[in-house]
Amino acid sequence: MTIDKAILAVITTNEQKVDGGAPIFYCETKDEMNKVAANLEAILDGISHALSDELYIIVKH
Amino acid sequence: MNEYTLPIIFGVTVGTIARAIMLRTDYRQYPTYLHGKVIHLALGFIAAGLGAVAIPAIMEKEFTAVTFLTIAASQFREVRNMERNTLTELDSYELVPRGNTYIEGIAIAFESRNYLVIFTSFLTTFAYLLAGWSIAIVVTIICYAVSRKLMSGSTLKDIVDISLSEVHFDGAGLYVDNIYIMNIGLPERQEEIGRFGMGFVLTPKNFDVRSTIANLGQRQAILHDVSVSLGVFRDSGTPALVPLIKRDLDDGRIGVFILPQNQDPKKAAEIIGAVPVLENAIRMPSESKVSKRNRGEEK
Repeated sequence: MTIDKAILAVITTNEQKVDGGAPIFYCETKDEMNKVAANLEAILDGISHALSDELYIIVKH
Repeated sequence: MNEYTLPIIFGVTVGTIARAIMLRTDYRQYPTYLHGKVIHLALGFIAAGLGAVAIPAIMEKEFTAVTFLTIAASQFREVRNMERNTLTELDSYELVPRGNTYIEGIAIAFESRNYLVIFTSFLTTFAYLLAGWSIAIVVTIICYAVSRKLMSGSTLKDIVDISLSEVHFDGAGLYVDNIYIMNIGLPERQEEIGRFGMGFVLTPKNFDVRSTIANLGQRQAILHDVSVSLGVFRDSGTPALVPLIKRDLDDGRIGVFILPQNQDPKKAAEIIGAVPVLENAIRMPSESKVSKRNRGEEK
């Protein structure tokens, strides 16, 4: 079995919301979160999806 | 020189020219360079030779010679494999891949064109031997016309209505009309998509078409053709900038989201309209016995 979609990273400004297996990047502000997500998107070759205003995930498609 | 020399030469020449005519380099860009063309012209020459000698062989009562045609068939099946393998290998390096359905369609075309060459040579040699060169030339012209006719299939504009539609965001969700395309998180990307994105809605003209344009291979073919013709705002390492097509489950319309470098909506619509309808994507549910019975055409 191959897994072709995977959450590579979680970026958030609200620590309460997240926990678990993927690497979590905690940011102070929304601006910082956008920057980190943009960098991670390019580095990991994944797409950053917004689950809410304070939570992004990077997914490899 | 004997009585068959001229007819055979005539048949082989006509067949090879037929292959050359059918070997077009267009926006699909394949084959482009001389080497690729030489392969197909050489195979076309072999096909023409096989077609041309069939009739003289029968006239000489050499019936076993006709079994050579079976070797030809397996030879040209090999052509199809070759094309399929090459194009599949190359596909992973395309910014917007062709997709397997499109590749299979191209491979089938390459194989079948060799058979058209065989038929052309066969018929012209036959005509030459039967009625002389003047009739053979008439047959040649008819064969070329038939080959041209057989080469072209239908295009998307025959089966769907194409309308330009606005690309917009609802939160992180990207929409074309009311069709959800994907979730784009970064404001930066959303801005780029707002600037370069273009949306079209394709409305099927009848029920059969719904399944055809729902085919993932057909959709990929649309994206590939548009990206080749208009350029694509995308690079490796920017997976978020990807042209996509999604379907409206309610009525079978599809929403085409593209990122063309050439921002000309009219041209884009024309290009979408000119995308070939892939043979392997065509479905005809209305031709099934059940639906015919329901319409009362068959008991």
